[in-house]
Amino acid sequence: MSFLDYAPAPESTSVLNLKKQYGLFINGEFVDGRGDGFATISPATEKHIAQIATATDADVDDAVRAARRAYDTVWSTMSGSDRGKYLFRIARLVQERARELAVAESLDNGKPIKESRDVDVPLVAAWFFYYAGWADKLDYAGLGANPRSLGVAGQVIPWNFPLLMLAWKIAPALAAGNTVVLKPAETTPLTALIFAEILQQAELPAGVVNIVTGAGATGRALVAHPGIDKVAFTGSTAVGREIARTIAGTSKRVTLELGGKAANIVFDDAPIDEAVEGIVNGIFFNQGHVCCAGSRLLVQESIHDEVIERLKRRMSTLRVGDPLDKNTDVGAINSREQLDRIRALSDQGEAEGAERWSPDCELPTDGFWFKPTIFTGVSTSDTIAREEIFGPVLSVLTFRTPAEAIAKANNTPYGLSAGIWSDKGSRILAVADKLRAGVIWANTFNKFDPSSPFGGYKESGYGREGGKHGLGAYLATAASVTSLPSSIAPSVPAELTAPAEPTTPADQAAAVQAPTTETTTAPNGAAE
Amino acid sequence: MSRLTVPKTYKLYIGGKFPRSESGRTYEVRAADGGFLANAAKASRKDARDAVVAARAAVSGWSGATAYNRGQVLYRIAELLEGRRAQFIDEIVQVEGVSPAEATAQVDQAIDRWVWYAGWADKYQQVTGNANPVSGPYFNLSVAEPTGVVAVIAPQENSLIGLVGVVAPALVAGNTVVVVASEAAPLSAISLAEVLATSDVPGGVVNILTGSPAEMAPWLAGHADVNAIDLTGATELDWVDLEIAAAETLKRVLRPAGGVDAAAPALERITWLTETKTVWHTKALI
Amino acid sequence: MHDAGKELARPTALEMLDGPITDASLRRYLDGIPGVDAVGLEQRAADLGSRSIKTTSKAWALDTIIRLIDLTTLEGADTPGKVRSLSAKAVTPDASDRSTPQVAAVCVYGDMVPYAVEALGAHHSVGGEGGINVAAVATAFPSGRASLAVKLADTADAVDAGADEIDMVIDRGAFLSGRYGQVYDEIVAVKEACRRSDGSYAHLKVILETGELNTYDNVRRAAWLSILAGGDFIKTSTGKVSPAATLPVTLLMLQVVRDWHLLTGEKVGVKPAGGIRSSKDAIKYLVTVAETVGEEWLQPHLFRFGASSLLNDVLLQRQKLTTGQYSGADYVTID
Repeated sequence: MSFLDYAPAPESTSVLNLKKQYGLFINGEFVDGRGDGFATISPATEKHIAQIATATDADVDDAVRAARRAYDTVWSTMSGSDRGKYLFRIARLVQERARELAVAESLDNGKPIKESRDVDVPLVAAWFFYYAGWADKLDYAGLGANPRSLGVAGQVIPWNFPLLMLAWKIAPALAAGNTVVLKPAETTPLTALIFAEILQQAELPAGVVNIVTGAGATGRALVAHPGIDKVAFTGSTAVGREIARTIAGTSKRVTLELGGKAANIVFDDAPIDEAVEGIVNGIFFNQGHVCCAGSRLLVQESIHDEVIERLKRRMSTLRVGDPLDKNTDVGAINSREQLDRIRALSDQGEAEGAERWSPDCELPTDGFWFKPTIFTGVSTSDTIAREEIFGPVLSVLTFRTPAEAIAKANNTPYGLSAGIWSDKGSRILAVADKLRAGVIWANTFNKFDPSSPFGGYKESGYGREGGKHGLGAYLATAASVTSLPSSIAPSVPAELTAPAEPTTPADQAAAVQAPTTETTTAPNGAAE
Repeated sequence: MSRLTVPKTYKLYIGGKFPRSESGRTYEVRAADGGFLANAAKASRKDARDAVVAARAAVSGWSGATAYNRGQVLYRIAELLEGRRAQFIDEIVQVEGVSPAEATAQVDQAIDRWVWYAGWADKYQQVTGNANPVSGPYFNLSVAEPTGVVAVIAPQENSLIGLVGVVAPALVAGNTVVVVASEAAPLSAISLAEVLATSDVPGGVVNILTGSPAEMAPWLAGHADVNAIDLTGATELDWVDLEIAAAETLKRVLRPAGGVDAAAPALERITWLTETKTVWHTKALI
Repeated sequence: MHDAGKELARPTALEMLDGPITDASLRRYLDGIPGVDAVGLEQRAADLGSRSIKTTSKAWALDTIIRLIDLTTLEGADTPGKVRSLSAKAVTPDASDRSTPQVAAVCVYGDMVPYAVEALGAHHSVGGEGGINVAAVATAFPSGRASLAVKLADTADAVDAGADEIDMVIDRGAFLSGRYGQVYDEIVAVKEACRRSDGSYAHLKVILETGELNTYDNVRRAAWLSILAGGDFIKTSTGKVSPAATLPVTLLMLQVVRDWHLLTGEKVGVKPAGGIRSSKDAIKYLVTVAETVGEEWLQPHLFRFGASSLLNDVLLQRQKLTTGQYSGADYVTID
C-alpha cells in the first residue's frame, strides 16, 4: 500500500438541509418563478442536487420593484449604523453556518472542500464584517461629504466563486445604502439560495436583497431593466462588452470585473521552492477557474529547465478527485461546456506546436474532469498565450531581462493581475510599478482580503471591489450626478467636519470645495 | 492709417508640432457678429489617428515623470497663460461676442482652474491611495496610476474654461490627451497649444484637434489604443453610439452633461482617469 | 537496522566547490543557493499539515511513527535506572499490545550508552541493523561550546561504548560569525571520530539547532554544509532551545535532502527533534516527508522523530483505533 494513496477522508453532506425545489427570493420570501425551472447538478458526479426556478422578465420586474420599494421606504431612510448591524448579523450567520455553506459550495461548484472551507466561506464572512463597519462611516471614505446611495443595484455573478462573488457584490451595495437584485450563475445557484435563508434568519427587511435565478436571459433582463441605477457584473470580457453596450446612453453606472491572462513572472533569483508553490497555486487553485489566475508563466530563461522540472515533480503530488474529500487539491470542472472549451483550447495549444504535459492521475468516469496541464515551448503568438482558458492549464514562456518580462507581461488586452518572484526587493518594487495590472502579488499569489481593492486595467474591466475603493462603486457625491463616469469611483476630498447622516436622497449635498476666485457654480448638471 | 495686421494661422497641435490637417481642409471661424475671423484646420480621422500615436508615445515620459515635476510643468503653463491674458481675452471677445469684462472673468477663471489642478499633481495619491490592513503577513498598498491615452470632446459652448476644465485634470495623473476643441470657438484652443509648445510639456502629451467633433469622435471612441473617452462636450452628438463604440475595448467613458459649467473643477475629474493598482508583498523576518 | 545506503560515492566538497574549501569559497557556494520566502514556506507547511489522514492511512501512519522514533532522555538527572526503564519501553512500547512495533533507537547521553546497550540486550541492533539502535548525543551537547579535542573525545567515548549513531551539534557561533570552514572541518573530524577499529562508522546525525540559526536561509545553508561535510542525517534541534522542530523548518530540510538526492543520487536522512508531542503533529511530518522527498524516506534509515512523550500519544491513538474508544493515561506506561 502506498501511503500517498491517502484513505478517503470525506466531508459529510449530512450537515446540509437542502430543499428539493427552490423558488426565487423576492421581497423576503421564496416564490415560484414563472419560467421553466432547471436542475442544478454536481459537476463531480453529474447527479441532480435540486430543482431551481427560472426568473422571467416579469419576475425580474417584480424583484426590481421590490428592491425599489424597499429602498424608498426602508433602506434609504435607515441609519448607517442600523444597516451595519444587519450586515454584522449576516456575517455572524455565515460563520455559524460555515460548514453547511462550504459543503454546499463544493457540491454545486466542484471545488475542493478544503478550498471552500478554508478560503471561500471565511472570506465571505470577512467581506460582510468589513463592509458592515463602513455603513455608518461613509463620510470618511474619501468620497466627499454626504455621499449618497444610488438606488437599486442589479448584480450578475459568475460560477467560479459563487458565494464569494455574491458577498463582493451585496456587502458594499448594502453598506452604501442601496438595495439589490442579484442573479447567481446558472450552474451554481445553491449557496445563493441558502444565503437567502440566512437573510431571513437575519430578519433583513423584505426586498433589500432579492435573488433571481435563471440563465443568460434573466441576467440580460436584469441589466436592461430601467428600474435599476447601477449594474455590477463579474464574468467574461465578451459579456462585459455586451453589458457596456446595453447601458450606453442610460444613466446607469456600471462596474465590470472581467477576464484575465495574468503573467506570473519568476526571476532567476526567486526563492525557488516557494515560486513553484506560487505557480501551482496560481493556476491550479480552484481548477484554474479564476479570473486572476497566473495562466502565463514567464520564467527567466536561465532557470527554465530547473523550474519546469521542479514544477512537474510538484504537480505529481496534486490530488484530483472528489471535491468532498478533504485531501482533494483539484476538483471538477464546473460544467460540460467549460470542459469542452478547456479541451478545445488545449488541443489548439498542441496543434500550434507547444509541448503538453500532465502528471499521471486517474480521473473519475462520471463528472467533468481535466488533468492539471502545462504547455512548454509556448510563444507569444500562440492562442494559448493570448486567450483565457479558464481551466487548469499553464502556458510557459521565457524572458531574458526584467524589461522583456514586463513587456511580455503587459502585451495583452487584459490587465487584471500579475505575480513577481524575486529575492531582490528593489526589483520587485520597480517591476510592480511597470506592470499594467490591477492586482500584483510579490512572492505570493491569489491572496484576497476585503480591505484590498481588486479589479482590472484595460479589457479586464473597470471599477474595484474591496477596500474603500469598492464603496465608491455604489455611491454618488454632490459633484457626480449623471455625468459620473460609468465606471470609476469618484474621489472628492472628504469634508471632515461634522459629517451628517448621509442617506436620504432628499439631501442636497454641499457643492465641491472650489478655489476662492471661482464663482460657486453648480457641478455638472445638478440643478441647485 | 491703421496698421495692417498679420493674421494668425490656426493649425492643429499634434506631437508638439503645428501641422495643417493632412486632409488639407479648413473651415471658417466666424465672429459673433458673423464676420470672418480665421480659417481653422479641419482635422480628419487621420489627424486623429496621428494624434493618438503621438499621445501614446508620450505616455511613458509623462507618466514616468515625478508628481512634483508634473506639478511644476503644469504650474508653468499657468504662468504662461497669465502672461498672455490679453491675447486670450481678445480672442474670446471676438469669437463669443462677450464684453471684455466677461472675457476677462473667463480667462481669469480658466487660469485659476489650471493652477488648482497643478496643485493636485503630488497630492491626489495621498487622498485616493492607501495601505490596506490585510489579515496576513503582507505589505499591501493601493496606488492610483494613469489610465493612459485619453480622448476628450471639449465643451462646445465656450472657448477656454471648458477646455481647461477637461484637459488639465487629465494631465495631472500622467495621462496624455487628444482633445477635440469647440467647433465654433476653436481659437483659444490653438492659442493654448502655443502656450503648451513653449512650456515644458513634452510634445505629444497634449494634442489639440480643431474641426468637427461629430466627424472625429467616432474614430476616437472606436480607437483601440485610446484608454478612456471624456464625452463632456458631446451633448449634441449621437453620444450613445460613441459609448457603444467605446464598449468594444472596454474604454472608461465619462458621459456628457450640460449645465452652466459642465467641466467644473472636481477631484474626481482626475481620479476617474486613474487605475487603482494594489500590490501585495510578503513580509518576513526570517 | 538498515545502513544509510550510499548508492554512489558522495562527491567531495572539493568537487562541489570546484576549488579549495575556505570560508570564502563556502560562502560563495552556499550564498548561491536559492533563498527562502518565509511566508510561502510556512503556507506550504500549513497546507501539508491540513491533509486528513484517516482509517487505514492513519493506522499505517501510527505504526510508522513508532518505528521512526528515537526514544529520548537527555537530562542531567539521567541514571542507569532511568535508561533501563527507557530501553524497556523502547522494546515494549505498549504493555497491553505486544504486537506494537518497536522504536528505531534510544537516544541518550554518551556516558549512558553502556546502560542502554546492556538494557536492550538481544533487542539491540547488530552492526546497526535488525533491532533497536543506540544513539548518543556528543560534541559537548547541547551547546557545543568546548574545544575540538574535547568534542572528539566525547564522540570517541560514545562510539567505544557501543553507540550505533552519534548526534553531534554544529558550532552555531562559528556559523553565525561566518566561519563556515570551521563548521565544515569539525563535522569532518567528528565523522572520522565515528570510525570504529573494524573500519565501520557509526552513523552521524548533524544537529543544526535551527532555533539558534534563526532564519530559514541560514538553515538551508547549514543543511547543505552539513551534507557536504559528510553527515548521514541532518537534525533540526537539540530540544533544549525553543523553537525546536517546526513543520516549516523540517520541510525546508527535506527540500535540501531532496535536492541533494537529485544532484548526486545520494540519500541523506532528516530528523526533527523536540516539540513534537502529538500524533496529529507527527502525522503532518509524515505527509510532509512523503509529498516532498518521497515515501521511500519513511524508513528508519532516512527519517527519525526525536521525541519522548510522542510515543504515548501515538499509543493512545492506536488503542482507539483498535478498541474504538478513547483511551487514557493509565493505559500507557511511563518510562
